[in-house]
Amino acid sequence: MSIADWFSARERRRYVRAGDVSVPADVADGVWVKCDGCGKTLYEGELVEQLRVCRHCGHHLAMTAPQRIESLADEGSFEETEKGLTPVDPLSFAAAKPYTESLASAREKSGLEEAVVTGRARIGGIPVMLAVMDFRFIGASMGSVVGEKIARLFEQATAARLPVIIVTASGGARMQEGMFSLMQMAKTAAAAKRHSDAGLAYVSVLTNPTYGGVTASFAVLADVLIAEPGAMIGFAGPRLVEQTIRQKLPKGFQTAEFMLEHGMVDEVVPRAELREHLVTLLGYLRARQDRAS
Amino acid sequence: MARRHIMEFERPLVELESKLAELRRLDLTGDPQLLLEVSALAEEIERLRRETYEHLDPWARVQISRHPERPKTDDYVTALFTDVIEIHGDRAYGDDEAIFAGFGTYGTRKLVILGHRKGTDTKSNVRRNFGSPHPEGYRKAMRAMRLADKFGLPIVTFLDTAGAYPGIEAEERGQALAIAESLALLSGVRVPVVVFGIGEGGSGGALAIGFGDRLIMLENAYYSVISPEMCSNILYKDPGQAKTAAECLKMTADELVAIGIADEVVREPLGGAHRDPAPVFEAVGAALARALDELVSQEGHELVERRYARLREIGEYGS
Ligand SMILES: [Zn+2]
Repeated sequence: MSIADWFSARERRRYVRAGDVSVPADVADGVWVKCDGCGKTLYEGELVEQLRVCRHCGHHLAMTAPQRIESLADEGSFEETEKGLTPVDPLSFAAAKPYTESLASAREKSGLEEAVVTGRARIGGIPVMLAVMDFRFIGASMGSVVGEKIARLFEQATAARLPVIIVTASGGARMQEGMFSLMQMAKTAAAAKRHSDAGLAYVSVLTNPTYGGVTASFAVLADVLIAEPGAMIGFAGPRLVEQTIRQKLPKGFQTAEFMLEHGMVDEVVPRAELREHLVTLLGYLRARQDRAS
Repeated sequence: MARRHIMEFERPLVELESKLAELRRLDLTGDPQLLLEVSALAEEIERLRRETYEHLDPWARVQISRHPERPKTDDYVTALFTDVIEIHGDRAYGDDEAIFAGFGTYGTRKLVILGHRKGTDTKSNVRRNFGSPHPEGYRKAMRAMRLADKFGLPIVTFLDTAGAYPGIEAEERGQALAIAESLALLSGVRVPVVVFGIGEGGSGGALAIGFGDRLIMLENAYYSVISPEMCSNILYKDPGQAKTAAECLKMTADELVAIGIADEVVREPLGGAHRDPAPVFEAVGAALARALDELVSQEGHELVERRYARLREIGEYGS
């Protein structure tokens, strides 16, 4: 399913409301979800209207890349880029489960070709290059395609003198691509640096969960780092840390709020305010360009 | 001599070797039959030695890369460089002994040297956190990179870490940020960067000082996105399949050259660099000299552009 198809499918679903439990096809599609925060059952249609924030406890549930793009980009402004880049299996990785099978099931599950969707968009009228990662695709791990799409995003933004917004989520590197995957960290960090050296703005929005090679490369190199409430953010995963130090982890370890307290992110912004917040922030980060034009 | 550390895959060989040593201590002059058996055993050992070490599988090489007597960053610094001046601290938190940073001269070339630093005994390993840096280690490395860039000194780095330390304080002090900033900085230094994989190349913690204009791997060094044990744990819920994982990850020196990640391999003596380090130091020095000869004539901005182009080419995808 292309992004365009997804949007039109979403348009059709828009008319299904919380009360419409008489739509059995949707129920079969798993339209009822359980909140990871409070355990209450939520109706997906209504949940999406609320940007997938639980109305009972305020927990921020995962968004798909298309949902996120729709929530941020001005209507009809998103044009996907580098759609044709598709993952391959460079190491013929076949331990436990062949990589090609993981890719096929990720494609089927997410309707996406890879773990990041990139494109041009406008947010509150401001043209930006936008990337959104989607955790459903092999934990939004970074392999060659994710790295290449992020690098091209920064390069195109540098050429067009546009700000970059990246909404991250990732379990880390895509181990099935071995060193090709690890080197994407250096590639994306270098591309982000060149964009920054050109005096252009980059804002990243760290969502649950953002870990490993993505955190330790482009994700944290932004001018301003925003985290979503409750998002887990770190380099090493909590289980690995716990195993290494053989101690219980402090309460709230690696949550967005913990990161804020330790000076690792600039702000924690609730999803409902994110779009307006980005518009205001970009106003500051584009001040020089605005004066020049 | 202290008994050397025995790796799992060489155990059968080592057992025969000690049997032979025992026999040789006996006076066998009056027993021609036993003498014959001893020389047969010696031949058998020679054959087994070749069989064991000439075709090492990736998992055996990982064990060699972690061998406690394997030459470490400090050994290369001592063997290769003169007028070494070590620098300390990140000017913000402390001095991380898991990272070596300093100046040194190879022949007539003045350089900045960086490396992960493992210890030689329990005490030094505790001080150096077994070669796993904290954020302040990478921040010290960044200071050295800035000095190299400012004063036009080429950078040589030695990789030998299981990974950046996954601890609470490391997370609190910004392990991810320290690595990310190091990557960005290293991508833009206007001096040659020559990287040697001398032991373990564990993921982002190695990469932070582990890419540049040349990547030269020792034959039994590895460089990987994840340790074979962790990979096995994820794939099989069991660290015991590390051998299989090591094979799948294509993490050995020769494999990395084959897939275009590394540029060249420095051969080691049969059984590993710890068996006879001197020729390894010499070969590393020669490789460093060759790389610098090729790189020093390039202008700073040219180096940066080529380094970026190198990075941009890494990755396999369809389109
Ligand atoms: Zn809830």
